[in-house]
Parts: sequence; C-alpha cells; structure tokens
Amino acid sequence: MSVETFEKILAEHPFFEGMRAEHVATLAGCVSNVKFDQGDYLFREGQPADRFYVVRFGRVTVETFAPTRGSIAIETVDAGDVLGWSWLFPPYKWHFDARAMTLVRAFALDGVCLRGKCERDPALGYELMRRFAQVIVSRLEATQLQLLDLYVSQP
Amino acid sequence: MSASLEEASAAVADAARSPDPMRTTPCRVRRVLRETADTFTLVLEPPGGSLGFAPGQFDMLYAFGAGEVPISISGDPGVPEVLVHTIRAVGSVTRMMQRLRPGDRVGVRGPFGTSWPVDLAHGHDVVVIAGGIGLAPLRPALLHLLAHRGLYGRLVLLYGARTPKDILFPRDLREWRGRFDVAVEVTVDRASPDWQGAVGVVTRLVDRAPFDPGSTLGLVCGPEVMIRFAVAALERRGVPSSEIHVSLERNMKCAVGLCGHCQMGPVFVCRDGPVFPYERVRPFFGLREV
Repeated sequence: MSVETFEKILAEHPFFEGMRAEHVATLAGCVSNVKFDQGDYLFREGQPADRFYVVRFGRVTVETFAPTRGSIAIETVDAGDVLGWSWLFPPYKWHFDARAMTLVRAFALDGVCLRGKCERDPALGYELMRRFAQVIVSRLEATQLQLLDLYVSQP
Repeated sequence: MSASLEEASAAVADAARSPDPMRTTPCRVRRVLRETADTFTLVLEPPGGSLGFAPGQFDMLYAFGAGEVPISISGDPGVPEVLVHTIRAVGSVTRMMQRLRPGDRVGVRGPFGTSWPVDLAHGHDVVVIAGGIGLAPLRPALLHLLAHRGLYGRLVLLYGARTPKDILFPRDLREWRGRFDVAVEVTVDRASPDWQGAVGVVTRLVDRAPFDPGSTLGLVCGPEVMIRFAVAALERRGVPSSEIHVSLERNMKCAVGLCGHCQMGPVFVCRDGPVFPYERVRPFFGLREV
C-alpha cells in the first residue's frame, strides 16, 4: 500500500477528521500495515509502548492479568477504533495486554517516529494530544460506569 | 400456588380485565420462562382475552397474599391473547412470583402509562439502547418496529448486560441478528473467558452505530445513570435531545397518579410516564434528591 493510500484512508477515518493535510501526510509516513492471527498479542503490559493501532478489521480484547483470576477483559476494540495511547506519555510502556480475538488487520503508527515529529512540530503534537485525550476521557467514563456495576440487583 | 391463594384469587372475581383501574383481575399463568438466574418471564392468560397494550406500558401485578408491584409489559403487542411480563426477583413479591407455576393465578391491573412513540419515527432511523432488564420494556417496541419494518429507516439495537449469563432474550437477539434489516450489538461489562462478544459499557457502542443522527429517534431504558450517559452519547453523535425518549422506573404504587409515591417534581411517573421525552425529565437527572 502506498503512502498516498495510507494518507487517504487516514484522512477519512473519524479519529483524524479535520486534521490538517500536512499532519495527515506526516502520520502516513509513519504507518505500516499489520496483521494478527486469533490469539496473538498486539502488545503486553509493561512492554515498551512504541506504536498505536487503527483497527481496520476484527476484534481486540484489552486485558489485565490478575494472579489466581487469569486474564480479565476490560473492553474490546473493534474495526474503526483506535487502540493504544501509552506511546504518547512517559514512561512509554503499555498498561494492559491487547489480544486479537479474531483475525485482526490494522494500521500500526510508529510512536517513536511520531514523538520526534511532535517535538519538532508542536501543532501536530497538540492535535494528537487533543485527540488521544478524548480517547482517554472516553475510557475513563466507561470505567466509571463499569465500576458502578449498574445492572446488579438492587431490592 | 397454595389452595388458600387460589381461594384468594378466586375472590377477586372478574371475567375480563376490569375498566376500573383500581380493580385487579386474576389471570392464569400459562408459562413461566427462566431468563437468567434472577429473572423470569410470566406468560399470563387474561380471562376473556387481553384489552391490548401499547409498547412501553406497564401493569400492576399482584401476588396474592404478598403484594403488588409495577412490571413492564415485555410481550408482543401483535399477540394480545397473552400478557407477558419479564421480572427480576429482587424483593419479597417478585421472589414469590418466581415460584409461580402454570395454572397459578396473578392479579393484574392495567395497562398503565405512556408508551414509546414509535409512530413518530415513521421514515426515520430508530436507535434502541437498553441496559440490563431495561430490554424488557423495549421488547414490545422492537417487536412492533420489526412487524412494521417498512415504515422505518435503519433500526439499531444496542444492548448492555452485566455478564454473558445476564443477557435477556437470547433467542430474540439471535433471531434479530439473523435479519439483514436490523443492526444488533450486544456488550457485557464483565466477560467470562469463553465470551467472544464485545466487552465494555453499552454507551460506547453509540459512537460507531449505523444511523443518521439528524433523522433518528432514540429510545433508551436502563438504570438512570446509564440513561444519562446513553443520552449524552446520542447527543455527541448529533441526535437532538428532543428526539430522545426514556423510560423511568420509580416506586409506583397506585399507578393512576393519586398516591404520589412515584412523584418526581411535577410529574407522576406512573401517570405521566414511564416513557418520557428526555427533555421533560432532563432537569431531574442531575439532582441528588427529588
């Protein structure tokens, strides 16, 4: 897939909607196509967070591991979603595991490359920070609802 | 049901559902369906046939000797011969109802309250968002929408349950998923290792659901916190709050707006609801006490 094709697909993705063309072009220069078979890990907790994913096909489960309980699914991420924000914040390590529940096809965006570009272009850095902050807010909101355990029986 | 309860139910004599809203009509239990560990469905036969109901309305069900509780009607409005109620056993009355068997009798008053405004959605998309047992009052609306499918645009059901074992109406969900004219997404807050479906709160499904926000009617039912977040998610997508309707649950006792148990500010949930335009009840959602 050519850089131009990456650029076109990214520009049409809701996450990058409204982003300046030169910023999309910058992102497209850091993209690679990746594929994971069912059961493969996209990343593991504690490992260096050096990329994020734009899921294009399939389902990924975000999990944490608890001794005696095993892997606990926190949420699933589907086609169209963006996965991973730890690449943007020190210490640049993954906070969770991410495992392919099905065959997964995704764009991987090189976080190390992008961090360097953000340092040189604060406007790009702000754009990415703003969009990923929204992902984090959404995740926190979901966690808040999950913690409330809303559907439990209450006499 | 014990003999004494049979006698008690016989004492509440009526051959048909009474036009007097305070008078209960004994109905025979035709079937009891176990839905989940704590939720069951009663299929009742009203004497003389049902008077019909509109999707979203509720009945007052009376377990003889135990008490009366408000329960949403979960049956098909196109099949009025039976009255179907899906009930979670959480208190003494509903736990007693859980022990009912075919042939036993339950007192019924109703139907009461407002209904889902499905006619407003003709020609538009409809997004149904349900959490937990909130799917039960929405089931009649879904069955109505599917029975009149040609009148509506895209139809989307987003349903969230606590765990895979708590998913209501799995047969319906499988059937609806098999259709090409309805998008069904189910998610759970807590997954078991064998669960292959989505994990996460139901409100997160709104972001990528296939509907046109400018031409959509939203129907939402579930715990009130979930309703608040679901409405916010719909509004973020661009659905005007005037096009969102919600069903509320309160401590309904008389069901006719007299006793005040279900009063919420100026409205009586039993009489003015349980289905409300969201804008009418929005001010109460942020209050710590009404």
